[in-house]
Amino acid sequence: MKEIAIQVRNFSHYYGSHQSLKNLNFDVYRHEILGIIGPAKSGKSTFLACLNRLNDLLPGSRVEGQILVDGQDIYGPEVDVVALRRKIGMVFATPVPLPMSIYENVVYGVRLLGKNNRKELDQIVEDSLEKAGLWNEVKDRLQTSALKLSGGQQQRLCIARILALKPEYILLDEPTSGLDPISTMKIEDSLRMLKKDYTIILVTNNTKQAARVADRTAFFLMGELVEIDDTRVIFTRPSDKRTEGYLEGKFG
Amino acid sequence: MLLSPKTEQKIVQAFLYFFTSIAVLVLLFILVVILKNGLPQLSLEFLTKNPADMGREGGILSTIVATIFLTFIALLVATPLGVGTAIYLTEYTIESRLTRIIRFGAECLAGIPSIIFGLFGFILFVNKLKFGWSILSGGLTLAFMVLPTIIRTSEEAIKSVPQAYRLVSFSLGSTRWQAITRVVLPSAVPGIVTGIILSIGRSIGETAAVIFTAGSALRMPSSLFSSSRTMAVHFYILAKEGVSMPKAYGTAAVLVIAILIINIMTYYLMEKYIKRKS
Repeated sequence: MKEIAIQVRNFSHYYGSHQSLKNLNFDVYRHEILGIIGPAKSGKSTFLACLNRLNDLLPGSRVEGQILVDGQDIYGPEVDVVALRRKIGMVFATPVPLPMSIYENVVYGVRLLGKNNRKELDQIVEDSLEKAGLWNEVKDRLQTSALKLSGGQQQRLCIARILALKPEYILLDEPTSGLDPISTMKIEDSLRMLKKDYTIILVTNNTKQAARVADRTAFFLMGELVEIDDTRVIFTRPSDKRTEGYLEGKFG
Repeated sequence: MLLSPKTEQKIVQAFLYFFTSIAVLVLLFILVVILKNGLPQLSLEFLTKNPADMGREGGILSTIVATIFLTFIALLVATPLGVGTAIYLTEYTIESRLTRIIRFGAECLAGIPSIIFGLFGFILFVNKLKFGWSILSGGLTLAFMVLPTIIRTSEEAIKSVPQAYRLVSFSLGSTRWQAITRVVLPSAVPGIVTGIILSIGRSIGETAAVIFTAGSALRMPSSLFSSSRTMAVHFYILAKEGVSMPKAYGTAAVLVIAILIINIMTYYLMEKYIKRKS
């Protein structure tokens, strides 16, 4: 039996009076890649934002129910949100390198913790870029601006930036939506490598991507979880008609 | 009558060209008049000697020093206040009636004539707080006069920093303050500095607010509490009292050249800063 890492229990989310997530109940296993697919506005991205509480920043955002990460309710009163975000890294749809050097981008989160030892930072930069599959391409120009990298490189830099914090979870919100097929392939390769050490949740608009990299896949529709199962099952014999319809391209 | 698009385009272009040239010509005219009359007065002595005989003789050193001190104090006070207010309005509040009132207040402050600031400074700093006619009173008055400019430009600069930078910073475990100091402010620096430069220009050239608060003594200022005369006030008095038109033009030339140098230097530094960033 696989170890459960995240438990979602009767979880709902509202923007003002609009309910964007409806009574979700499912588990995420440790060291798996969980793909989340579904049409636009189905609540996929909102769910990710709820997991590291970036939704706190939006006015009118409200939640009900629980999300337990490693057994701890992340909406509990004693939760340290800043520490939670370090533990649960987030990669956004558009790569957003901060306007500083490649090196400084990678150590941004580490420096926030007050670590400034040059040797230690150098090591973190090399390890993180290596794991994100970017080290060989940028090792000779770590001090140049991260804004000069290509879109695919920027996105892998964003992954490296999260790995530098030694998180346990990585959330990716359509990480390859703006990238060419080769960059996409490189990122997918990185993800397969990373799942040995991390639990990954991948939101994607590209159902084929879920089929390629996800161990299990969840299908969201209008804020509801329609079904969640092994990726192979979802793609070959889904139990819900709506899943089948979506995968066949009847809507979405 | 309908014009063909081509003719219309030509007519519009001609008009816009005309308007633009008027703006540029006025600037050139001012520069030529000031420099033509003022440059012959300039010499090392003019810059390094104190005024003598009410300004008829000697140089303008004490007024240069007074101008620098006043401007420095004004910015030392106004920059943290203004940038702080801008950060509060953009990062720590959601848009509400209160923020709109604060912003409206700041805008009204910007529209108040400078002589009213002079009166305010005279009542509060010179009389009530007993700072007397002094560099301190003048500097504080100028600080309040340029405060709205700094708030406004800083706010615009901070607002134009992409929201995504903040999200990324939070998602990497920063507090709000860390996101502001490490990502938002560094990206907003060029805009904030523009506001500061505008303020330097206004402080250096201000007369009405200063004459009531810093006074018009010609002695070299020796402390924050010395009454002293800035270059702009010196020019005003020389010209209005008919003391010495040549010396007045000399002073004006120094003022204009100083502002020019400050602008050029800042643009140069900004360019370098922006290049280093990207």
